[in-house]
Amino acid sequence: MADVTFENVSKEFPGGTFAVDDLTLDVGDGEFLILVGPSGCGKTTALRLIAGLEKPTAGTIRIGAETVNGVSPRDRDIAMVFQNYALYPHMTVYRNLAFGLKERRTPKRETDRRVREISSVLSLDELLKRRPAQLSGGQRQRVAMGRALVREPKVFLLDEPLSNLDAKLRVQMRAELKRLHKRVGITTVYVTHDQVEAMTLADRIVVMSAGKALQIGSPQDVFSRPANLFVAGFIGSPAMNLLQGRAGPAPDGIGKTQVTAGELCFDRAGVPSGDVVVGIRPESMVPGGEDLPGPSLDLEIELVEPLGESALVHGTVAGTAARSGAEEEQAILIDETSRAQVTAIFPASLQSRSGDRVRVRVDPERIYLFDAATGEAIRHD
Amino acid sequence: MTGIVPAARVPLPEPAENRGPERASRADRGKQRESPGGFLFSPWHLILIPIALVMLVPMVWMLATSLETLNETRHFPPIIFPHTLRPANYSDVLTQAPFARWFVNTTIVTVVTVAGNLLFCSLAGYAFARIKFFGREVVFVLILATLMIPFQVVMIPTFIIVKDLGMINTLYALIVPNLAGAFGIFLLRQFFRTLPVELEEAARIDGASRLSVLFKIVLPLSGPALATLAVITFLWTWNDFLWPLITIYTPNNMTLQLGLATFEGTHQTSFNLLMAANVMSMLPVLLLFFLAQRYFIRGIATSGLKG
Repeated sequence: MADVTFENVSKEFPGGTFAVDDLTLDVGDGEFLILVGPSGCGKTTALRLIAGLEKPTAGTIRIGAETVNGVSPRDRDIAMVFQNYALYPHMTVYRNLAFGLKERRTPKRETDRRVREISSVLSLDELLKRRPAQLSGGQRQRVAMGRALVREPKVFLLDEPLSNLDAKLRVQMRAELKRLHKRVGITTVYVTHDQVEAMTLADRIVVMSAGKALQIGSPQDVFSRPANLFVAGFIGSPAMNLLQGRAGPAPDGIGKTQVTAGELCFDRAGVPSGDVVVGIRPESMVPGGEDLPGPSLDLEIELVEPLGESALVHGTVAGTAARSGAEEEQAILIDETSRAQVTAIFPASLQSRSGDRVRVRVDPERIYLFDAATGEAIRHD
Repeated sequence: MTGIVPAARVPLPEPAENRGPERASRADRGKQRESPGGFLFSPWHLILIPIALVMLVPMVWMLATSLETLNETRHFPPIIFPHTLRPANYSDVLTQAPFARWFVNTTIVTVVTVAGNLLFCSLAGYAFARIKFFGREVVFVLILATLMIPFQVVMIPTFIIVKDLGMINTLYALIVPNLAGAFGIFLLRQFFRTLPVELEEAARIDGASRLSVLFKIVLPLSGPALATLAVITFLWTWNDFLWPLITIYTPNNMTLQLGLATFEGTHQTSFNLLMAANVMSMLPVLLLFFLAQRYFIRGIATSGLKG
């Protein structure tokens, strides 16, 4: 086992695009680190740099104490699970698992012992004689993990390993992965675009965009203290609602600043005057209750998606929406009115219906502020 | 060969899956045609059956002539159904000419050439498909360009090289210049490029060298392309006449095609013996073709031009 270090690593592809741009990163020994970001953000390239499948154009990569920039994949003692599993189709499960050990000239007995051991850990015993084509998606996924783990590598790399599974299996395998990591404790780097996977599995998350690490921190930290607008918009599902706003001196307070965004108006100390973006998580929008303190908004409900316990409520509020840059798609229906699209999570018992107008209150302590020009978070204590 | 079939049908990860539906539909059509339900007649058969019969005539004529007496072969119109069969033609060929020797020579030349092509074209094709090196595209285009030069143009330079190597009138002259070919390199490169690259990356991470990846991962998955190359090389080499004619002059070193030509005398030709020898020389080719035609046709259709 070993730690992995990136020191100002860049990967420039021919044509001048930087897939990874001056990335500095430390993966601790035994840590479960997740690289997360939208497609094309460079997370897979970063993983392939660790594997040695790509060579950095600048910077230093270390595994343990060794600089591995020029070391070939086979000599790095790492293992990787590919998105499409990349099982050898002409070999049985047993030979798939044993391939890496054979290539490293492990004695036959030892190979057999380790293959049997890992296949019992992953409940593959019954499948050893089958070929990949005769396996279900979940079984293939387990074989791919087994093939990586059987070699007891220093670093375990996973490239979107759950994305080819159906939703139910994905949740199940996610839990299994976490259990497995607890048990073997190998340094793990995991790439995903699914922030739920990132939140649930990681010790630490690296949010990437355009080849850069925008924030590195624990899942809770990244969620509750996003460093900038992009991270705020990317982490959290459904995404944080963002409104354009302005900060200026409060009419009735000394040293206080008043922030306004559409109908929303609240005081916040230590905010420099200027254009800001106001962020409100859907779960922070509390319906009804005239007695609740704090600023409030008038929400016009357009669409309700029931989730059982709660319901996703899509609607509009007064104001102008802001963009984080992390949106998966451009909004399909561009709203020509002056109202901003927002999403809230309401208890299902409320039985919200489209067309309703609801008064929504927001705890000012749970409102995020970002500098509209730089996108950086404006922190408050 | 049976080992190759499942490998070829395995639903490989993504890139291969893209070809999935097309393959499946082709297989379905194949099944339909072979379905035991009955003979599926299509209007095409009205054209195909007569053409097939026309193609068969020379074969039948050859077979008939090989069983006739010399006098019968000179009859006009030709006798397609001889009155008496003369199988002795076959044993006569074996005694009157070093037929067995020619057969052995041809077999040696063909087997070594096929093996050489499979090995060297795999190595070169893999390098062109997957390894990035300086000048790769240029060299590849140059190799492809040689496909456009007719053999007659390079015949004499090749002869001079082979002569300088001291190989004239030996089997080496027939083998060495043909151990690798542009066609094979192209065919295999195109096929290798369709294999999912993740398989090779996984193997390299697993500790395999480039050569290991080629021999343990890529080649076992390339059955159809290798079979195609083997069959085509076999046919070319087995039936080659011009090059042996130039380089070989002692009967003992001749190949079948060259040897058969010696049956044609200046004043008279023993057509019955010639045809008996022809039948025997064609048997391995026919046998191979029947065994491998599936790969032969599919290989040309799927791997040759896609890429």
